[in-house]
Amino acid sequence: MLKELGRGLVTTFKMLLEGPVTTQYPEEKRQVRPRFRGRHVLKRYENGLEKCIGCSLCAAACPADAIFVEASENTDEERFSPGDRYASTYEINMLRCIYCGFCEDACPTEAIVLGDNYELSFTDRRDAIYTKDTLLEAVPSSEMTTPQKVEPGLYTRSVPQMENPRD
Amino acid sequence: MTKQVTLTIDGLQATVPAGTLIVDAAKTIGIDIPVFCYHPKMEPAGMCRMCLVEIGRPMIDRGTGQPMLDENGQPQMQFMPKPEAACTNIVSDDMVVLTQSEKATEAQKDIIEFLLTSHPLDCPVCDKGGECPLQNLTMEHGPGKSRFLYDEKLRFDKHVPLGDLILLDRERCILCGRCVRFQDEVVGEAVLAIDERGRGSEIISISDPGFDSVFSGNTSDICPVGALTTVDFRFGARPWELKSAASVCAQCPVGCNITFNTRREAKADGKVVIKRVMPRQNEQVNEIWICDKGRFAYHFAESKQRLEKPLVRGQAVSWEDALNEVSSKFAEAKSDTVVLASGRLSNEDLFNLKSFADGLGGKAVLYTDMGGGDLVMQVGVGQGTNFSDLGNPLTGTRGDTILVVASDLYEEAPIWWLRVKQAADRGATLIVANPRETKLDRFASYVIRYANGDEVKTVRSLSDENKIAEAFAKAENAIVLFGSDGLGLNGSSNLAAACAKLLVDTGHTGKPNNGLIGVWPKANDQGAWELGFRPEAALAAALKGKTVYIAGADPAGDDPALERALKEAKFVVVQELFQTKTADLADVVLPARAYTERDGTFTSGERRVQRFYPAVPPLGETKADYAITAEIAKKLGINLEGSSPVLVFEKLAASVKNFEGLSYAKLAEVSEQWPIVGRGDLYYGGTTYENTQGLGAGLVSAAERGEAVSIPEVREEAGLRPQEDELLAVPVTKLYDRGTTVTPAVLLTNHIGDATIALHPEAARKLGLEAGKQVTVSFDGVSGQALLKIDETISAGVALVPRSMGLAIREPVAIKVK
Repeated sequence: MLKELGRGLVTTFKMLLEGPVTTQYPEEKRQVRPRFRGRHVLKRYENGLEKCIGCSLCAAACPADAIFVEASENTDEERFSPGDRYASTYEINMLRCIYCGFCEDACPTEAIVLGDNYELSFTDRRDAIYTKDTLLEAVPSSEMTTPQKVEPGLYTRSVPQMENPRD
Repeated sequence: MTKQVTLTIDGLQATVPAGTLIVDAAKTIGIDIPVFCYHPKMEPAGMCRMCLVEIGRPMIDRGTGQPMLDENGQPQMQFMPKPEAACTNIVSDDMVVLTQSEKATEAQKDIIEFLLTSHPLDCPVCDKGGECPLQNLTMEHGPGKSRFLYDEKLRFDKHVPLGDLILLDRERCILCGRCVRFQDEVVGEAVLAIDERGRGSEIISISDPGFDSVFSGNTSDICPVGALTTVDFRFGARPWELKSAASVCAQCPVGCNITFNTRREAKADGKVVIKRVMPRQNEQVNEIWICDKGRFAYHFAESKQRLEKPLVRGQAVSWEDALNEVSSKFAEAKSDTVVLASGRLSNEDLFNLKSFADGLGGKAVLYTDMGGGDLVMQVGVGQGTNFSDLGNPLTGTRGDTILVVASDLYEEAPIWWLRVKQAADRGATLIVANPRETKLDRFASYVIRYANGDEVKTVRSLSDENKIAEAFAKAENAIVLFGSDGLGLNGSSNLAAACAKLLVDTGHTGKPNNGLIGVWPKANDQGAWELGFRPEAALAAALKGKTVYIAGADPAGDDPALERALKEAKFVVVQELFQTKTADLADVVLPARAYTERDGTFTSGERRVQRFYPAVPPLGETKADYAITAEIAKKLGINLEGSSPVLVFEKLAASVKNFEGLSYAKLAEVSEQWPIVGRGDLYYGGTTYENTQGLGAGLVSAAERGEAVSIPEVREEAGLRPQEDELLAVPVTKLYDRGTTVTPAVLLTNHIGDATIALHPEAARKLGLEAGKQVTVSFDGVSGQALLKIDETISAGVALVPRSMGLAIREPVAIKVK
């Protein structure tokens, strides 16, 4: 019987030395896993043009009906994305979203990506609806923001040629 | 009865009339043979090869003429070494068709693979994506993988405007030729063609201006890929996001069945808006087509200029205040009330307005410049009339005749034009009588050209002994379409009487496919006649000093004389969608709902009553016309139904004889129609919607009930003869005019254009005027500006003035042009 008690106490003392497992959030933030699905980000190409072409396939794929997209037409004078079509409205209702990542899978241009931000809290239901301004990736310099004035005939294709996703 | 043929398709027996194509035969028993270029409304072309199937025919012993049997006693089948096209092969007895055999499926797979070699696969940005036959058939029959290199795909500009309404994407085009064949065969306006050859082939427009046809939108419906899309719906929404509501087009008296596709959007401040109009199948009315006016002129309901609140002398007030004001004035006026309504309103609205006028002992006046509706009520076309039956050798042995008199159908009622033209193609005798050349002349067996003013004389001459008269009198079925081309109220009433007399004399009344049809300016003019509204020849005089209740009409905007008359009216109430010129003059303006925001019924020119359903929520504080009238009436102690259109219609059907036995439930009945469209069969008939909400029902005419027909004696009046320095100005109808429900459609602005006046080159030369210049037109002490157009097809002493374009010419008048 003493033997068993000793064995149990060994474990207890071992854990005493290991230190606490609790992360002191929000002072301390935990590293997320590589395939973590957090808040969405709308990606841009290197030149700043939006990858999103407003095709609404993410909205169609969304099992929670959390995404709303409205498309408009690009011109070379005011270009948001390559090709004819861009998303003039892009909204995600974060209260509805279940972070399944189907939108990522449906996206033909890899424009929507579930990032690693999990710090979503709202004090108002309306605040839970993230608009395009919030979702779009920030641009490094102001001239790369959209809409851009571009030379005619450069960006005629909406869907770029892409390799199949590897992982 | 044609011979029936029995064949076996995929082991199932099908019995179809001889001459049926295999692809149609398969469809009748629910077997889908994939097609791209074949369309049930057109001749087969065999261009896309998608419908390849294996066809076996029984082997016949040449000696005996009997089928050869195998050792089991079964007839021996002979299959061709290669698969054949199901869309070009006609069924024959004991044929065996295999659509799922290895050879057939392989062939179909290969065709898809070939078609996709040049296809850009940009479905995410394609307006057709989601209702695309190429997408669907690729999923169903495609190989899944291509052996061709993606980099070798053809590259073209992504959008080429074929006209200002239709865009072409040549990369997506699979060259099925449906659009070209639709324009050639169905419409008869060959404005599209295939240019170049082989891999460089492309669709081009060969007309100036581009795609010069009012049926252009239909090509985007039957396009099996996203090559032809409309400018209006460009990137508007994805098809699966749209809701649909059945409706009836309110732009002309044809009453085409349509579907409004709606969506709630941020662009419209979170409102539900109509995104597009699609045809809805009704084989007896519009088949599966609609015209471009119906497709693109729907924007009026969402206009920012819509009235939202009741106004009393320009000040927004509550409904209660406005109704109190109105009812107190009507209570004073009593029988001095004039209700002036147009055929833009539904049957329910008009019934309530008429009952209201009757309750006060006032007058119910139809605002129109065309008469004869009372005659159409007596000798209108019989129940079950269908233009598609005319010219069909199976229905009649003595042939069918259609007389179109004083109407430019192409501009006034495009779908009737199309169906009359097709009847003529099938072999019906078409007589076109018009003072000037119209687009229908090309398809007519007989063209009668008369001088303006000789309409009655011309129709009378069809009772004489001549070959045209004979073609009319001897026909098995005869329909007369009369309009008001170049005529006013008086002239068209006389013409209608002459036409009615001709029909009665030749015995073409009281049965299907026989009778009179009025080509009315508004959608529900016939309904207004049925419900007891009558036009007033001296309208201005009838309005002076009266308490006037105007609904769905803009007399002040149309005619300065009526504007003056309304200024002299005692009290004016206007029930409208917009702040029109008439509304400016009104003491009280009541905001009405657009017909897209409520239930109701229209009576088409063929006297078919059809239901429309609400598509979008009502705007602001607006109320439906019938409800407003009922509320005013209630304050005056007149009992009218206003809570629901169903109840109004019930009451209507109970009290108006011609509507006896009709109900909303009856109007919502449907039956199986051919060809099958909608459902999963987008590849077959196009994106036209299936009709699940009602085909409507025809009204019975007096002649059909066997009642005596009374036709007024027609006075053959001498036409107006202008003086030496004058011209005879006659009103004509233009498809895209400045109507209240047309101008808000920005897309059509170019088509509407300026106010014009058309003269013969000789007349213009005499007056020293040049085409394309502004001229001053003066008549009856008023004058106006118009752009001069030269038209060689009219006679030298006549000037054509389009209606509803700014010049108030409502009947033939003498004018001076400077």
